Amino acid sequence: MDDFTTVILDYVKREYIEEGDDREVGVDTPLISGGIVDSFSMVSLKRFVEKKYGIQIPDADATPAAFDSVTKIAELVVRFQKV
Amino acid sequence: MVAPTIALSSWETAERELGYRPSGPINIGWYCSDRLCELGLSATPALLWEDHQGNERTYTYDDLRVKTNSFAAWLQALGLRPGERICLFMDRVPELYLGFLAILKMGGIAQPLFSAFGDESLHTRLENAGTAAIITQKKHVLKVRKIVGSLPELKHVIVVDAPASQLKPGEVALELDALPPVQQFDVYPSTAETPSVLHYTSGTTGQPKGAQHVHYSLIAQYITSRVVLDLKPGDIYWCNADPGWVTGTSYGIIGPWACGVTQVVLDAGFQADRWYAFLQKRRVTVWYSAPTAIRLLMREGTALVRKYDLSSLRHLCSVGEPLNAEAVIWSEEAFGRPFHDTFWQTETGCIVITNLPGMQVRPGSMGKPFPGIEATVLDPKTYEPHTAPGRVGLIALRPGWPSMVRSYWKNPTGYQNKFRNGWYLCGDRASIDPDGYFWFVGRDDDVINTGGHLVGPFEIESALLEHPAVAESAAVAKPDPINMEVVKAFVALKPGYEPSADLELEIMNTIRRKLSPLAMPQEIEFIAALPKTRSGKIVRRVLRAQEFGEPVGDVSTLMEE
Repeated sequence: MDDFTTVILDYVKREYIEEGDDREVGVDTPLISGGIVDSFSMVSLKRFVEKKYGIQIPDADATPAAFDSVTKIAELVVRFQKV
Repeated sequence: MVAPTIALSSWETAERELGYRPSGPINIGWYCSDRLCELGLSATPALLWEDHQGNERTYTYDDLRVKTNSFAAWLQALGLRPGERICLFMDRVPELYLGFLAILKMGGIAQPLFSAFGDESLHTRLENAGTAAIITQKKHVLKVRKIVGSLPELKHVIVVDAPASQLKPGEVALELDALPPVQQFDVYPSTAETPSVLHYTSGTTGQPKGAQHVHYSLIAQYITSRVVLDLKPGDIYWCNADPGWVTGTSYGIIGPWACGVTQVVLDAGFQADRWYAFLQKRRVTVWYSAPTAIRLLMREGTALVRKYDLSSLRHLCSVGEPLNAEAVIWSEEAFGRPFHDTFWQTETGCIVITNLPGMQVRPGSMGKPFPGIEATVLDPKTYEPHTAPGRVGLIALRPGWPSMVRSYWKNPTGYQNKFRNGWYLCGDRASIDPDGYFWFVGRDDDVINTGGHLVGPFEIESALLEHPAVAESAAVAKPDPINMEVVKAFVALKPGYEPSADLELEIMNTIRRKLSPLAMPQEIEFIAALPKTRSGKIVRRVLRAQEFGEPVGDVSTLMEE
């Protein structure tokens, strides 16, 4: 789980935070409700997670609430790796 | 004997209610702040704002009057002059809303841009407009810094949430709430045709066009807010639209404040429970939302709705794309009242076809033309109105309503092309039933309507071609259950590159950063070659038809592979 959060957090910082932006982003920072990742950008984040971990997250489970923090996304990864 | 009654038109009614006299002064900034104070609303909250962290700010109408005076005087002191384009590039913070009025009060042209735009989208629009100043936030100034060197007309970069010590040379800090109060300000004496707002909108060909509006648009925005949105004194009103787009200015600033209601703003991303909690906490009475948001709420179910007291809601409207019948029916079940669909676009400046309060909503229908708007559907070959009901044609409006776009910035040909046979063409297709209800069919061009926002394929394809792996590309709409349409790109790769999931994600992210999340293809299909005419022009309609499962039509002019 820690490995997942580290990888996903690095990706979020690299892709969704402008270089030079000094906002603190941690594993529990609200991503969707906090305006860091919008619902359109969520698609590329989902695609990254699926590709990285070889999983498929059904659209019904890929809700804004389920993607609202790195911790929650990591929980999705764990859940769908078991499927 | 009964005296004959002379019915005033909608526009005459608005002029009378606003105390506007033809040829007299009309300044949207003044009408949305000072006038309400003169009417006794000084102490009424104009803006109740909060963000995702729970920070709150409140502004009364008198605050609005004084602070927009201060803001306008500060812009003047900086050297900005009437007629100059001043860009607002911010999230939904109070500085955006008050800055908009301040720019209009000092005679500037407000140019709002969606804060999620990437540096390339931003550059295109600032360069075209010859923008003199940009007002932004610390997190967005990073994008401005990448392009400011190639924008010689951009004289001022203003940052509203950072001290000067954190800014680069040439940037200016502005702390709105610390500005000295200016009680009296000489509002720019604009008249009906004085330019007010410049909104950029996408078309099939070329780069986005700057739709230029004038102060007289207020007449239509005020009366449609009062009649269609049913805004009344004492209302608490929530418009979900971002002021980077036209709904967020026409009905997120101008119309509601001209009506003197209290606006609430939530500067946070979508989250169903947070939205319901906000509606409950603020006791919202009128809610103007969008089909995409409604469908996201539908996905969360009615059980969640039941956890909140939403009994304050009196009227619901929707805009951005056709509201499907299921969403109308669901809203009746969830909220006890239907969402009323409203149809309009950047160029119309105000709602033009709609379901009025009290009108029987036919789920899935756009409604009827707003009184004062002459609307029809035209035969696409003759540009004459269809005479028989039920026939699909081009939605067209008779020019002359107050908020009609007056020009496209530096693009007179593009503007002229919007008119045929004495009609303004909206670019959409619809039919009209025997009772006069309009029924949306689809776009008449290649523009992609995603989540209620129009995205032009040309801009995406141009950005795709900048990627080193892309030889040629086509961007088309793909159906989507939430956003109605999303962008799909077909890409042919240069020799030496192979399709892969890594490359697909890299291209997606490139477009998101350069243009915007809306423009990012949600899917990329790698193909050997794109369908083209014999003259070499890419034929998007074939690809689009495939995505929608529609007949591809005449392919006799296509080049054989």
